Amino acid sequence: MSAIFPKWTNKLPLMVIVGGLLTVIAVTAGVWYYFTPKYFRVGYQPIQPVSFSHATHAGQLGIDCRYCHSMVEKSWFSNIPASSTCMNCHNQVLKDDPRLALVRESAASGKPIPWVQIHRVPDFVYFNHAVHVNRGISCVECHGRIDQMEEVYHSKPLSMSFCLDCHNNPAAKVRPADKITDLGWTPSPDPAIAAQTQAQYGKKFVHDFRVESLNNCSACHR
Amino acid sequence: MRYFILIFAVLVLVVVGVAGRRGDLTRNRPIQIFPDMKRQLKLRPQTANGFFANGLSSQLPQPGTISQEKSMLVGGKEVYSFEDAPVNTGRVTGATNYIELNAFPVTEQLLTRGHRQFNIYCAPCHGQTGEGNGITKKIGAMAVVANLHDQRIVKLADGEIFNTASNGKGVMQGYAAQISKEDRWAIVAYLRALQLSHLGVADDLAPETRAKLNIK
Repeated sequence: MSAIFPKWTNKLPLMVIVGGLLTVIAVTAGVWYYFTPKYFRVGYQPIQPVSFSHATHAGQLGIDCRYCHSMVEKSWFSNIPASSTCMNCHNQVLKDDPRLALVRESAASGKPIPWVQIHRVPDFVYFNHAVHVNRGISCVECHGRIDQMEEVYHSKPLSMSFCLDCHNNPAAKVRPADKITDLGWTPSPDPAIAAQTQAQYGKKFVHDFRVESLNNCSACHR
Repeated sequence: MRYFILIFAVLVLVVVGVAGRRGDLTRNRPIQIFPDMKRQLKLRPQTANGFFANGLSSQLPQPGTISQEKSMLVGGKEVYSFEDAPVNTGRVTGATNYIELNAFPVTEQLLTRGHRQFNIYCAPCHGQTGEGNGITKKIGAMAVVANLHDQRIVKLADGEIFNTASNGKGVMQGYAAQISKEDRWAIVAYLRALQLSHLGVADDLAPETRAKLNIK
């Protein structure tokens, strides 16, 4: 009488277990690694209608962020500058450059340049720029080193846990009020001393700026 | 089993190969896995929106609109932005003459504010010291930048400097949209302090300061 099950079936339970485990691990790892704003949002670098370089303007020329984003300290929304702001300088600088044709046209006609928005939190999140920059949170914390980007890309995940990391411990991020737009600023060039200084002054700034860093849902979701 | 491992490895490689790593630069718009209510049909500033005829969410006010913004406290008095007041126009009420002195009482706070705003909005061209040697001049991009220590500018009335900052002059465009009125007056006050730093003579200093600095 021949065997009903061939010999290899002895290994079948082991194969099922190993195969199942591998699949579960791969799927879990894939979801953990990919299903997050750290993957989906970070690195988003759309083609803008005008090839404006933040590295040139904010980095090399050292123009303050607020020269163009002038409402950031007063409004929840950090404005995209009007084309007339560009023309403050570009009515003389590169005034016939073809790369700036759209800017000149927009300033003359009043028709806005269709910039592509990169950083955008969900519509049920009410992020307030003014509250943050007036209380010692630098642009760099959420936007990265814009002053080194030829073309701006999304550099931080801006996920809910990203917000909460800072809201749970604002003292690690707050900096002197006059260093908000100084994106390369650190308390000290030496990382060890920088961490020590941050720990020392962070608490003081949190107290002085009256940082509340609310953690209840309605702080952001209204 | 061998085939399973092979297919498994190929699948993993294909997924990693297509999806790439976290933080890779991409031109593609981020995918929303769970759209929920992340994008809502509401007006957001400075976005395209079909509700208005010109397709924009942010509309310009109708001509003749009176601003409902808060009043300004000028030396203890409330002034609204629609009033014909020196603080709004830089001119004497009911006349076209510029006011001689700052509309705000000059305090240390006002000067500090002016210093900060001057370095943001004026320094790119006029330079942090106001000598007209800002970054645009240094890279040779601007042909004419006024030296703010020029006798011509020193002699201007405060109101006229405010007017220039607001409405521009020559190739300089106005900054009314970028700098608030309070800040423009603060900048005027700070500019006066800058000018004074160039105009000063040793006799202006107190005797003890002069002794300390060894100035006869």
